[in-house]
Amino acid sequence: MPAPTQLPPPTRGLTAIAGAMSLIAVLLIVQVWLLSAALESFLAGHRESALPAAVFSGVMFLICLGLYVFVDRVDQEVRRPDRDR
Amino acid sequence: MRWFGRASSEPLWKEEFSVRTADERYVTRRQLTKFLVLTSLGMFVGNVWIFIRSLFYRAPAYPRQTVAKLGEIAVGQVKLFTYPAPDDHCILVRTGENQYVSYSQKCTHLSCAVYYSQSNDRLECPCHQGFFSIKDGSVLQGPPSRPLPRVILEADGEYLVATEVKA
Repeated sequence: MPAPTQLPPPTRGLTAIAGAMSLIAVLLIVQVWLLSAALESFLAGHRESALPAAVFSGVMFLICLGLYVFVDRVDQEVRRPDRDR
Repeated sequence: MRWFGRASSEPLWKEEFSVRTADERYVTRRQLTKFLVLTSLGMFVGNVWIFIRSLFYRAPAYPRQTVAKLGEIAVGQVKLFTYPAPDDHCILVRTGENQYVSYSQKCTHLSCAVYYSQSNDRLECPCHQGFFSIKDGSVLQGPPSRPLPRVILEADGEYLVATEVKA
């Protein structure tokens, strides 16, 4: 009889997904604030803050993208039909 | 004869259109995460758009325009005018014997017209109680987050001339 595959329990995968989604939500809120602050600053005539705001927003988007890839993989793993065999 | 009859007890429409509303409305974790990430992309695009606008920003050339004659209005009184375009309403206030200040009349919150409150010595927006300093146009109170754009004035002989608008 072959030894059962050592997989993390599904609840751990779901916890990881919930954590990643929460982090994405927090990053999104920061991005919304950053966009409104950059717009306010631009309209007030301070154009020097536009570049750092765009860079930070891009970094946060990349982190969100990485977390999405992570969620996608873990979700596929949790839903795999042969996982509990 | 049941040659053309159906063996199932389900209604025909359920067999042929077997999509359940609850299943259709169900949003998976992956779908929600994808939506959040697309929103994040939208925020990033917005910031890039602001950056591109700031790269191609050119300060507009302001014309010289006579606003009022010196002594035309009494101390504490105001005169309304438009500068630099006919749609840009501005307010001129005589704050002292030889002191004049002028600002854009458009509130930086939601563009309501501000007025001069002589009793409080400040510019007030009646829409959401945004108050601006008469000295430099800075925000004293209320929802506006930016100061009023200031119209730069020069005395040219016996006339006041607007030369520029500073945000």
